[in-house]
Amino acid sequence: MRFVLDAGQRAFADSLDAMLTAAGTPSVVREWSRGEHGSGRALWSRIAEAGVFALTVPEEYGGLGAGPVELVVAFVELGRHAVPGPLVETVAATALLLGLDDPGPAERLLPTLTSGESTATLVPQQATFAPSRRPARSPTASRAWDVPPVAAPAESPGTSSTRTSHRPAESTHRTPLLEGQTLPAGARAPGPYALDADMADVRLTTPEPLTAPPGTTDLYLAPAVRAAEVHRSLDPARRLFRLPPGGELLASGPQVAGAAAHALATGRLATAAQALGVGLALLDRTVVHVGQRSQFGVPVGSFQAVKHRLADAKIALEFARAVLFGAALTMAAADVAAAKVTACEAAYTTARTALQLHGAIGYTAEYDLSLWLTKARALRTAWGGPRECRALVLSGGDRRW
Amino acid sequence: MDLAFTEEEEAFRTEAGAWLAAHVPGSPLPSLETAEGFAAHRAWEAELAAERWSVVNWPARYGGRETGLIGWLVFEEEYWAAGAPGRVGQNGISLLAPTLLDHGTEEQRARVLPPMATGEVVWAQAWSEPEAGSDLASLRSKAVRTDGGWRVSGQKTWSSRAAFADRAFGLFRSDPGAPKPHQGLTYLMFDLRAPGVTVRPIGRLDGKPAFAELFLDEVFVPDRDVIGEPGEGWRIAMSTAGNERGLMLRSPGRFLAAADRLRRLWRQQGSPPSAHDRVADALIGARAYQLFTYAAASRFLEGASLGPESSLNKVFWSEYDIALHETALDLLGDEGESADSDWAEGYVFSLAGPIYAGTNEIQRDIVAERLLGLPKGRR
Ligand SMILES: Cc1cc2nc3c(=O)[nH]c(=O)nc-3n(C[C@H](O)[C@H](O)[C@H](O)COP(=O)(O)OP(=O)(O)OC[C@H]3O[C@@H](n4cnc5c(N)ncnc54)[C@H](O)[C@@H]3O)c2cc1C
Repeated sequence: MRFVLDAGQRAFADSLDAMLTAAGTPSVVREWSRGEHGSGRALWSRIAEAGVFALTVPEEYGGLGAGPVELVVAFVELGRHAVPGPLVETVAATALLLGLDDPGPAERLLPTLTSGESTATLVPQQATFAPSRRPARSPTASRAWDVPPVAAPAESPGTSSTRTSHRPAESTHRTPLLEGQTLPAGARAPGPYALDADMADVRLTTPEPLTAPPGTTDLYLAPAVRAAEVHRSLDPARRLFRLPPGGELLASGPQVAGAAAHALATGRLATAAQALGVGLALLDRTVVHVGQRSQFGVPVGSFQAVKHRLADAKIALEFARAVLFGAALTMAAADVAAAKVTACEAAYTTARTALQLHGAIGYTAEYDLSLWLTKARALRTAWGGPRECRALVLSGGDRRW
Repeated sequence: MDLAFTEEEEAFRTEAGAWLAAHVPGSPLPSLETAEGFAAHRAWEAELAAERWSVVNWPARYGGRETGLIGWLVFEEEYWAAGAPGRVGQNGISLLAPTLLDHGTEEQRARVLPPMATGEVVWAQAWSEPEAGSDLASLRSKAVRTDGGWRVSGQKTWSSRAAFADRAFGLFRSDPGAPKPHQGLTYLMFDLRAPGVTVRPIGRLDGKPAFAELFLDEVFVPDRDVIGEPGEGWRIAMSTAGNERGLMLRSPGRFLAAADRLRRLWRQQGSPPSAHDRVADALIGARAYQLFTYAAASRFLEGASLGPESSLNKVFWSEYDIALHETALDLLGDEGESADSDWAEGYVFSLAGPIYAGTNEIQRDIVAERLLGLPKGRR
């Protein structure tokens, strides 16, 4: 048991940090928010050169064969610098392609995703999530993304999906429910938007709610979307789209469900890491601000009410960091869900604190702080909001935690 | 980075789990904060110690198993998961022992530690005074040089378990002329039954005598009971405080077990959705505390000192503990008012968490100033 980053992992974080600092991400974010992707694409290439999209790709596909820990290291830095774009979605799409039994789609799409020449987005399918049946006391479950059996309460009302299906004969799939959670009748599984689908070259969609066990569904390469179809997010840099139905069928059957679950765990973990980075950046900037801003003849940071809010933010972020890396090591669904809740709540609390302690400056769009403030709110619900993630934690078997 | 335990540690886990399964009392012991409960808990310490389970990370010569920090964490997980009783020797084991291991003499260690490990001598911490709480350095109880030792006088208060304990350790002003309040303090150990000591038990919220006030009138303390150099008391005590707030005071195992009990309670009550998020947060919080502690232990084993980082822990676990118990009482419905459950006992105990071991306000100051580098303000 050695639960600290090693020197190589720390050096990787430092080099990413240095590269992103030099890149001056705030102006990239602002352009991205206006739908101008040029500077973002250029930054994307540098992030790819740094190896981020190759991290979890096996060497036979030209990847680095690293693991979720390195992925978390990278996404904390991407979050700290508020890098825009379908970053999480691209690594999740990669995970989806790698999780298929059929290597065809991966062979075709992965090389350019890994090298950064192309980008991907996808709709995270909440319905594929189910508690992992990891044996108690094993801290190192390996294939936690294996689709576990899901006990959907047969008698519960309101569990059948009313989404239009491409295959009417199977249109009564039940959305697997997590313990203590009821989806209202006709509710759509959350996460219906695909981030930055107007610029993404690869748009993956699994249009059917997944049944389990074993899930069975189709994986499509969705048709292009137009920039004008954008839905505004609370975070202007997150450009949301609905993926149109149809497109090219890439894969089909239970393998897609397993791969989608793998993608979901990966995307959720990366989102949690990004959120932690957002929170850390907000804390750093606020500490600097309250050290410089004076009122009543002293820096406002010397007031205890101010200090204590920042101390609470620090505590929340440091505990979230622990949960996040723990989840990267086990990749158990409940651990990843816990990381998502903890990191996003910590980042959001920090955002509220940062806004407050910056006073009126913090409430302006022109000040860079806003780039992180809005993201903290948006990430909270992306890839599974607090309630679903908590449900997943509770529905885990009788583990030690 | 990994979370895998070594084969040795796993074997130790199995061994500890098996021993505990065979020995943990079938029904809960009476409350630690009563004379009867204190005696029962002392007997349990002796049972633990007989097979060297009371202080697993200590050197073997004092009754330990030399498991190291990770072994201790593993043991704690098994201990609390087995539903074993609260530890009456806690103050001595988690506060005095590390201090003696760092600053004591070999003679002191050999004399003090073994009977502490068996529960034969239970220790109380005599730091706080009526006028010196958060501002501990303003303490006034004094130690005056005399032949072969010191004469100690003054008043200490809030000494946990002192109502039934045997000995105490604390800080005394030995040089009233020192230029700063932190200087001229001496750290020493004394007998709670020595001539000149009066112990007045104090009832906590539920009336149980969980702590006591100590009146000291010219109590003789021999030189051999001074820890470290006279006048160096503050520095030594602060290294103890690091232990108190840091790794050893509240082990993650305790909260993991409590969160698990809470989840069972929630299910027994029909999994009410109203408590859904709070129960989930209790599980997540226990996991967070476990992992944070693993990270701290890993850094510690790499040679880092705990220092101000332990203030992060202290605020976290103390607030966590209250939230967990409040959730349990709420889940119990009408029964939540009953004082007769383990949950009620735990609740009353948890309420003190943000106050003792340095209040959370003080800990937040430490986090803000020493970890975030914010400017010092008026104290
Ligand atoms: C159950 C329990 C067990 C205890 N066990 C022991 C023991 O075994 N041995 C022992 O020596 N002591 C023990 N204590 C005492 C404990 O350490 C003190 O209560 C604690 O240090 C606070 O001191 P105080 O009670 O004098 O509060 P005060 O210091 O008077 O503080 C009162 C309030 O003011 C706040 N405050 C004070 N100064 C500041 C500041 N600078 N900034 C912001 N807020 C401030 C405090 O946070 C607190 O909220 C115990 C206490 C409890 C409740």
